[in-house]
Amino acid sequence: MSDLAHHAPAREKTSFINDPRVRSIGLQIIALIVVVVLGWMFAQNARENLAAQKIATGFGFLDNTAGFGINQTLIPYSETSTYGRAFLVGLLNTILVAVVGIILATIIGFLVGIGRLSKNFVVRLISTVYVEVLRNLPPLFQILFWYLAVLSAMPNPRQSINILDEVFISNRGIIVPRPLFGEGTGLVLWALGLAFVAAVLFGHWAAGRQEETGRRLPVLWVNLALLIGIPLVAMIVTGFPISFERPELKGFNFVGGVRVIPEFVALTIALATYTAAFIAENVRSGIQAVSHGQTEAAHSLGLRNGQTLRLVIIPQAMRVIIPPLTSQYLNLTKNSSLAVGIGYPDLVAVFAGTTLNQTGQAIEIIAITMGVYLVLSIITSLIMNTYNKRVALVER
Amino acid sequence: MSLTFDDGTFIRNEMVQPLPPPRRQVGALGWVRENLFSSVLNTVLTLAGIALVALILPPLVRFMILDAVWTGENREACLGPEVGACWPFIKAKFGQLIYGFYPIDQRWRPNIVFAAGILLMVPLLVPSWPLKRLNSFLFFVIYPVVSFVLLTGGNIDASAFLFEHFGLIHSFVGDVTMAGVNATFWVDYVLTAIAAAAFVGGLLALLGGSGTGAARTTLWVFLAFGALVLAWDIDFGLPYVETRQWGGLLVTLVIAVTGIVASLPLGILLALGRRSQMPIVRLLCVVFIEFWRGVPLITVLFFATYMLPLFLPSGTNPDALLRALVGVALFSAAYMAEVVRGGLQAISKGQYEGAMAMGLTWSQMMRLIILPQALTLVIPGIVNSFISLFKDTTLVLIVSIFDFLGQLRASFTDPNWATPVTLYTGFAFAGVVYFLFCFGMSRYSLFVERRLNTSHRR
Repeated sequence: MSDLAHHAPAREKTSFINDPRVRSIGLQIIALIVVVVLGWMFAQNARENLAAQKIATGFGFLDNTAGFGINQTLIPYSETSTYGRAFLVGLLNTILVAVVGIILATIIGFLVGIGRLSKNFVVRLISTVYVEVLRNLPPLFQILFWYLAVLSAMPNPRQSINILDEVFISNRGIIVPRPLFGEGTGLVLWALGLAFVAAVLFGHWAAGRQEETGRRLPVLWVNLALLIGIPLVAMIVTGFPISFERPELKGFNFVGGVRVIPEFVALTIALATYTAAFIAENVRSGIQAVSHGQTEAAHSLGLRNGQTLRLVIIPQAMRVIIPPLTSQYLNLTKNSSLAVGIGYPDLVAVFAGTTLNQTGQAIEIIAITMGVYLVLSIITSLIMNTYNKRVALVER
Repeated sequence: MSLTFDDGTFIRNEMVQPLPPPRRQVGALGWVRENLFSSVLNTVLTLAGIALVALILPPLVRFMILDAVWTGENREACLGPEVGACWPFIKAKFGQLIYGFYPIDQRWRPNIVFAAGILLMVPLLVPSWPLKRLNSFLFFVIYPVVSFVLLTGGNIDASAFLFEHFGLIHSFVGDVTMAGVNATFWVDYVLTAIAAAAFVGGLLALLGGSGTGAARTTLWVFLAFGALVLAWDIDFGLPYVETRQWGGLLVTLVIAVTGIVASLPLGILLALGRRSQMPIVRLLCVVFIEFWRGVPLITVLFFATYMLPLFLPSGTNPDALLRALVGVALFSAAYMAEVVRGGLQAISKGQYEGAMAMGLTWSQMMRLIILPQALTLVIPGIVNSFISLFKDTTLVLIVSIFDFLGQLRASFTDPNWATPVTLYTGFAFAGVVYFLFCFGMSRYSLFVERRLNTSHRR
C-alpha cells in the first residue's frame, strides 16, 4: 500500500484549503476563537452590569447572616446562621428527598414492573394503568396534586388520623414518635455494626461452601437471626437504652414526636410514584430482554419457577436494567428541585430562591447550585458504573 | 365403526370422537381459573386487585360524571352537600386556561396559530403522506416566523437596531419609511449583502477555493436573514400583545414547540460535533451536552431568568418568556443531541464508507446518506423527548410565567368559585388534558417504533 502511494504520480497541486487536515485545524481554531470571544464578552458584560447594579462579587456572602428561617432542618440552624449554613441545610434536605424517594421508587417500580408481566389479568391491568397514567402527567402537576389536593385536605390536628396512638396524620404533616437515645446506645449501635459485618462474612463463607460442596445453607434465615439477634442481646444487656417519645395532642397542636412536614411527604410520594412508573418499564423491558430459551433451559435443568426467576432470569435482567435505572435515579434527584413549587426547603428553594433574592449574587449562587447537581450526577453515575462493571457480561 | 370377526377378533378402524375438554378448563370459566385463581397467591392478588379497582373507580366516575354539576353561573351551583366535579368552573375559566390574559378580541390570532400548527403537524406525522421536505420546511422555518408575527403583532423595529451597526448610506439619505418598513435600511442591506458576498467570494478565490460558491452561500444567508427581519418589520396593523399577557395552554404549546423546533437543528449539530474527529470541537460539544444534562431544568430557568441578563450588554432587557425559551431550547438541545447520536451510532460503518467511496463531501454524506437514515431511526426517541419537554414546560410557573398549570393554580384563588370541589375539578381537568397530549404522543411513538421494527417478533 505504502509502496503504491510512493510511486503514485505527483498529484496536481490543489489549494491548501482543500486539505482536510488544514480544514479541520482551521475549523477548530475558529470554534475556539468563537467560544473564547463569547466568553470574554459575557464576562465583560457581567462585570459592567454588576458594577452598575452595585452587586458584590465573590463568595464572601456565604459567611453573612442569613436572617431567614427554614421549616425543616436536619442540622442545627437558626435565623442567625450564615448563608453557608443555609446552603448545607438545603443540600441535606435535597439528599434526604432523593434517598427516600429512590428507595421507595425502586420498591414500587420493581413490583409494578413484575406486575406488568404477571399472568394474572387483574394485576397486569392495574400495573399497566398505573404506568400509563403516572408517566403521562407532569411531575410538577403530581407534586401540586399531592400537596394541595391530598395533604392539605387532611383533617386538622384535633381530628387527625390516628394510627395506634403512635403516628398521627393531619394537615400539619405526619407526626411520628421521636427516638430518645439513652445511656448505652453506642453499644447497641456497635452491636448492629458487628451483626452487619457478621452477616456479610457468613454470606461469603456460605457462597464459598456452596461452590465447594454444592450444598446450600439457609443464608437468609441465619443472616436475619444475626441482624436481629445481636442488637437485641445488646439492648437487653444495656437495659433498652432507646425509647420513644410519643406525640401528644395539647390544645391545637402536637407536643413531642417528630413532625414530618407535608411538603416533604407530598414531594417524596409524588417523585417516588412518578419515577416508579419509569423504573417499572425498565424492569419489564429488562426481564423481557432475557431470551425465553434461558427459562426453558432452566426448567429442563429441573429448577423450579422461583429458582429460575431468582438464579437465572433476574441476574441477567439486571444487566439490562442497571443503566436506565441509573438515569432514573439521577432524574429523581434532579426532579427533587421541583420542591421550590410547593415550598419544601431544598437546595434550590433555600439557596437559588431565598438566598439569591436577598443577596442578588446570581452568578455565584447559580454556579454553586448547578455545580452541586453536576457533582451529584457524577457521583451517582460513578457508583452505578462500578456496579454495572461488576455485573456486566464478560466477553471473550 | 368397527369390524368384528367370527373368531371374536375385534378391530376398530376408526377413532372414537374425542370427548369435549372439561368445562372448567375452556371458555370463560377456564380462562378465569387459569389466569385469576390458579394458586392461593394468585387468588389473593386477584381479590386485592378487584378491591382496589372497586375502591377507586366508582368514586371517580361518580365525581367526574354522575354527581358532577354541569350548569351554573358561580360558586352557588357547586355548594351542595354531595357534589362532584364543578364543571361550570372550568367553563368560566376556559378562556383563561387556554389563552391566559390574551385580549379577548385578538384571540383569533392564537386560534389561527393552533389551526395552522395542527394542519402542518398532522401530514408531517403520517409517514405515508408525500411532500415531507416541503412540509418540514413549512413547519420548522415558516411556521415559527408566522406564529411569532401573529402572536406578538410583529412590527418590531429590528432594522432600527441593526442600523447602528451598518448604515452605509443612511447618513446621506435619511429615513424613507413605507408601511413601517424603512426603505433606506433595505437599500443599505442589499448593498451590504452584495459587498459581503463579493468580499467572501474574492477571498476564497484568492485562496484557491470556490469563489462563486462561497459568494452564493453568503447571499443566501443574507437573504434568509433579511426575509426574517422584513417579516418582523412590516406593519400588518396587528395590535401589539406583550408576552406578559400570554398564558395558559398557549404558553405551554409555544414553549414546547419552540423547544422542539430549536432543539432539533441544535441537537443535530451537537451530535455531529460529538461524533467528530476534531478533538477541540468534540470536547466543546461533550462539555456542553453533559453540562445541560447534568443540571435540573429549574436551575436552567433560574440561570435564564437571573444570570442571562447579566451576560448581555446593559440596556438589552430580553423578554421574560424569551429568556425562558432560550433556557428550554439549550436544555432540550442537549437531550436531543444524545437522541440523534444514538441514531448516528446505529448507522453501519458501510454507509459512511460507501458514501465516501462515491466521492461525496462530508456535508453531502451527512445530508444525503447518514442523517436521513439516522433521523428516521430515532423518531420514537425524538417524540419521547418531546413528551418530556411538554411535561417540563410546567416548570416555567416557578419563574412566574403562567402556563396551563400556572393559570389553573391562579384560578383556584378566585373567590367567585371558592368551593370545596374547585381544587379537585381543576386537577381533574388539567390531568385529563395533560394525559391526552402525552398519551397521544406516546402512542404515536409506539406506532412509529412498530413500523420501524421489521425484525421477527416472538
